[in-house]
Amino acid sequence: MAEYALKTPLTDEDVEKLRIGDSVRLTGVIYTARDAAHKRMIEALDRGEPLPFDIRGSLVYYVGPSPTQPGRVIGSAGPTTAYRMDPYAPRLMEIGMKGMIAKGKRNDAVKEAMKKHKVVYLGATGGAAALIAKCVKKCDVIAYEDLGPEAVRRLEVEDMPLVVVTDCHGGDLYIEGRKKYEVK
Amino acid sequence: MRTVKAEEVTEALAKVAVHANYDIGEEMLRAFDEALAAEKSEAGKEVIRQIQENARIARQECVPYCQDTGFAVVFAEIGQEVHVEGNLTDAINAGIRKAYTEGYLRKSILDDPIRRKNTGDNTPAVIHYEVVPGDRIRLTFGAKGGGSENMSRQAMLKPADGLEGVKRFVLQTVSEGGANACPPLVIGVGIGGTFEKSCILAKKAAMRSPYHRNPDPFYAALEDELKESLNKLGIGPMGYGGTVTVLGVNIETYPCHLVALPVAVNVNCHADRHGEVEI
Repeated sequence: MAEYALKTPLTDEDVEKLRIGDSVRLTGVIYTARDAAHKRMIEALDRGEPLPFDIRGSLVYYVGPSPTQPGRVIGSAGPTTAYRMDPYAPRLMEIGMKGMIAKGKRNDAVKEAMKKHKVVYLGATGGAAALIAKCVKKCDVIAYEDLGPEAVRRLEVEDMPLVVVTDCHGGDLYIEGRKKYEVK
Repeated sequence: MRTVKAEEVTEALAKVAVHANYDIGEEMLRAFDEALAAEKSEAGKEVIRQIQENARIARQECVPYCQDTGFAVVFAEIGQEVHVEGNLTDAINAGIRKAYTEGYLRKSILDDPIRRKNTGDNTPAVIHYEVVPGDRIRLTFGAKGGGSENMSRQAMLKPADGLEGVKRFVLQTVSEGGANACPPLVIGVGIGGTFEKSCILAKKAAMRSPYHRNPDPFYAALEDELKESLNKLGIGPMGYGGTVTVLGVNIETYPCHLVALPVAVNVNCHADRHGEVEI
């Protein structure tokens, strides 16, 4: 299991070298979106409208932070469970999204699309929301402000601690990792 | 008859709710230490170290441990010799409103399951009232995260399924949904009662410390056995594979109908945030 320091935006080469179980420290710009924001982005695409940010090479973080306390950059900001975004994710991969950051298993359609479009799925530790917030150096709401915690935010992150949980070669840590430790 | 003002309930509950969201508590910290010592996988150990560091930051800096500060669940034991001046349900909801607004906690509650508009203050709480002897009010607060709640299950087993059926159902529930629920988990199991009673028992059990033990040695042994079996599933911290999938299993039971064997499994994440106050 290798360790990588990655910078955004991601390229195909960045994604291809990653294997499940690898540790990643991510630095750069990422965008937040979860259930309601994904629905709106897909509706925008259906109408032929642009997305609120440049999707090419981007990483989307599935998170709805807690409110920002005075003097802080962002509230606590751990990942939400990814499967709820499965219906939307392949569409965003088609137009250039290179990575997703969240927690929990993905369905086969998402994993197939990840292989086809060379996309990586990075796991953040669920519940470690105060720790992850420390990696966020800047936070701006850039779209759908009315969605509150679900609004789309542009985050500048530094050394965000992540693990490759699904790679673009078909590897799935939720399956392979468990196999190693399951006692039948 | 002792009189308690509704505002006292509001203030006391608000304090407990904010504190529970910032400070995971000594017992959970002890459970994390033990989990780190027991975990065999490197990825799993790294997750537990992050969880420990997260707990330290949240506590020291007074920020929420998890961004999902949960559905406010309140078990309210009301002494039958207490008179509450004012509306108790309103007072409890006012406490939650105060905690979630002033404590910078996330508001995750929608006014209607289909039309889905945020209520803006995380109310209403889910309140379970129980009338008990005495002149005290005991409130047990839990901030129940949505992700782990979604992985919870209930089954109306056949009496013939028996103890083995209960064990199978608990294992199946965690095997299928555990990885998505932010393990290491605290598992609440409710056995018996009616359909809804089993779920309430499971909730009560899931909101406890993993060190709580059922007073009946038969069920205490079952708690230990289930913990051991669940940790053999291999799911591990965050589902990355490992030997610590659950920190503890708590069982609550109730008498049941002769044709029934209800069992409910309420899954709680490592952010088992709870607190109590007596008024």
